[in-house]
Amino acid sequence: MSVNTNPAEAATHAGPRFAIPERYKVFLQQGMVLLVVALLAVFFTIMRPNFASWSNISSLLLASVVTGVQALGLSFVIATGGIDLTPGLGMAATSVIGALLISHDGLGLPIWVGLLGCLAAGALLGLINGSLIAYIKMQPMIATLAMMMVCWGTALVLANGRTVSLRSVEGYENIAIGQVIPGVPNGVVILILLAIAAGVVMNKTAVGRYALAIGSNKEATRISGVNTPRWEVLAYVICGVFTGISGILMSSRLSAAQPTLGQGYEMYAIAAAVIGGTSLRGGRASIFGAVIGAVTIQTIFNGLTVMGVQDQWQKVVLGVVVLVAVFVDIMRRGGKEE
Amino acid sequence: MTVLQESAGDTDSATGEVLLEARGVSKVFPGVRALNDVDFTVRGGEVHALVGENGAGKSTLMKIFAGLYQPDGGEVLLRGEHITLPNPLSAHHAGISVIHQEFFLMNHLTVAQNIFIGREPKLPGGILNDDHALNRQASELLARLGVDIDPKVQVGRLTVAQQQMVEIAKALSFNSSILIMDEPTAALTDTEVATLFRIIDNFVTPTSAVVYISHRMEEIKKISTQVTVLRDGELVGTRPADTLTIHDIIQLMVGRKIASDIRPEPRAATEPVLKVEGLNTAALLKNVSFTLEKGEILGFAGLMGAGRTETARALIGADPRTSGTVLVNGMPVNISNPGDAVRKGIGYLSEDRKRYGLILRQDVASNTVLASIPDFTRYGLLQDGDMRKAAEKWVKALSTKTPGVRQQVRNLSGGNQQKVVLAKWLQRDCDILIFDEPTRGIDVGAKQEIYNLLDKLTKEEGKSIIMISSEMEEVLRMSDRIVVMCDGRITGVLDNAEATQEKIMALATQFNPTESRNEA
Repeated sequence: MSVNTNPAEAATHAGPRFAIPERYKVFLQQGMVLLVVALLAVFFTIMRPNFASWSNISSLLLASVVTGVQALGLSFVIATGGIDLTPGLGMAATSVIGALLISHDGLGLPIWVGLLGCLAAGALLGLINGSLIAYIKMQPMIATLAMMMVCWGTALVLANGRTVSLRSVEGYENIAIGQVIPGVPNGVVILILLAIAAGVVMNKTAVGRYALAIGSNKEATRISGVNTPRWEVLAYVICGVFTGISGILMSSRLSAAQPTLGQGYEMYAIAAAVIGGTSLRGGRASIFGAVIGAVTIQTIFNGLTVMGVQDQWQKVVLGVVVLVAVFVDIMRRGGKEE
Repeated sequence: MTVLQESAGDTDSATGEVLLEARGVSKVFPGVRALNDVDFTVRGGEVHALVGENGAGKSTLMKIFAGLYQPDGGEVLLRGEHITLPNPLSAHHAGISVIHQEFFLMNHLTVAQNIFIGREPKLPGGILNDDHALNRQASELLARLGVDIDPKVQVGRLTVAQQQMVEIAKALSFNSSILIMDEPTAALTDTEVATLFRIIDNFVTPTSAVVYISHRMEEIKKISTQVTVLRDGELVGTRPADTLTIHDIIQLMVGRKIASDIRPEPRAATEPVLKVEGLNTAALLKNVSFTLEKGEILGFAGLMGAGRTETARALIGADPRTSGTVLVNGMPVNISNPGDAVRKGIGYLSEDRKRYGLILRQDVASNTVLASIPDFTRYGLLQDGDMRKAAEKWVKALSTKTPGVRQQVRNLSGGNQQKVVLAKWLQRDCDILIFDEPTRGIDVGAKQEIYNLLDKLTKEEGKSIIMISSEMEEVLRMSDRIVVMCDGRITGVLDNAEATQEKIMALATQFNPTESRNEA
């Protein structure tokens, strides 16, 4: 062995000094986020004991569902090193499409057609996003920004600028707020099931493996014979489908589809993923982190609301929390933003 | 080669004023002593070659002079006085400029803007930049170097050689008296090398000097007046260049009798497994045709930019080609992307492992199976256990040194990273392997291991190998036949028995197209 002059390589010859395997390090951040959520909860409970009531906690969790579902889908896109700005207004567009299929003012079709319509619209949105990015080589930020506006306009046009009421569609609200398990809204159960499914797809299937590989090193993945554009598109399609699911859950919760509701939701979803330890540079994603990220955001909103803090200030607090999460992540990696 | 022979004579003066000195300098990294009690003296008027194998400590010493590393022992003296160089700026102020292998230039800024970044001349008032003065001063610098580059052009539009000139001009603008160059000719053509040598010649005066780090012995002989050899972090010695032959230098570097004349056993011709006919690309390749036989190592020799890597990339569909047919086992195949190549059993091991070969932040197991994911999928689910077992099998078979298959590959040494890339293709059962500079950045011991591996793959496993290499010795030692390229064309194919360094070099510099084109 000759002398190695590269300190980074040299260090490993000396053997690891601090032995937390790389793959477990991500749990460290999530553990910390969980701790922060717990501390926040304790703080809010001390300030306003009402915070800890089951009805408040269950409404807090229900409020996390939409952001959580969008963050799950977004995890696949972010894993590839991309970004998707359409979940927010995509939710508006897909919920309007689904609502028009089943509402009595619309086509009045059975509920399952509406659900399929939402999912199909979401998948189509993802297919367009992914194709623009993987095949036409547009920048993800620009392509999805444009598509976000397309979604916005589409929702307004289709709904004719008005809210589509679903009050008359019997049972539709049960999708999100019904309780198959007493005391737990269905939306929360759906989020947990979707998180499990997303976790399996991310960690146990080729899609997740390729998405992470593409996000880490697209060229090396391509040279390895992987059809990278196809898998990249698939990541956006998954994200689109989750956007469609969020459209279902939102319209069910409100018993209405609002074409203007959704603006800014993509930011919450991105923030949730980042708080949960997903790297916007790609190659790293955490499904569990996306869910607790969403819960963190709602804990902050809910707690501050209970304490009577204005909505505007809540957003400032959220922004600071995202900055802290990124800062902690950088510190964890020894000051290197790779 | 057309290099100013007289330049060495002009600047030969071992008695100039001492400019820069390292006394007993040591540097320790965790687990490695990179420099141990090294003395090194640069005098005015010298072109001082610093040579040694990979890991000998050249770069570490250079980085100490550049203010990037702090020595753990010993001291650095500038004109006889102790000096500390806590950061690159202090090195600049001390008159030391370093031209790294990778340039630190901003591609979207102009030549002049790059040279004077942070020191732009101002219009009266001191707020607005004086572009006119900026460009004029840059012009003057470039003229002093005797190079014809427009200061107003964007740096990104320049050739690598021109960008290097800009770096040198930048060094000049700091009025540096010591210019340290790390492998400056690695990416240059012969004529560009000649220009560089002329510039070095102009730069060196009795009060200034150049430290020249290189592996290229011919150049060292031509340009340098003093040669310092490092080995394993220790000083071997400093001698006047004219007292040393290339053979002497190499002997000092390796410190043992080199077995320079190992050649492969002659082998009988076998059936072709790969035939490439009339490969052309818009950018470079002209009518490239060759044949690879089963169990053969086909060497690709040539100078930098001859089109060897481009041939490999066009062949596997990584870059577009304008025409050309490929036959695998006698059957014409359509390869339009790397996926097609992999399906035909062709695997490419890039010279730039970190960029094209590996997912650095993933572990050995994930990298090993990356090209074979479908084989490890059952009912749509990846079989982690099978992947780990496969990776462990290859770690064992290739003697990869890693704490385990869960280790991230970025923590492995170059030689072991290379083995992980190889394992990826062996796992995919590729029969045709294209090794692009297989031993680049790999230390001597690991090199031997890679050679043994290549031999084993062809002789025992029946693989066929294309080996692109810029190291003449490596080509002669490993290849059964040698394809020589120059300027996008194949200029000759030699059997190992008839090949010599001189013949290869003659073909590699055959820049004018000839009527009779050799075909493999």
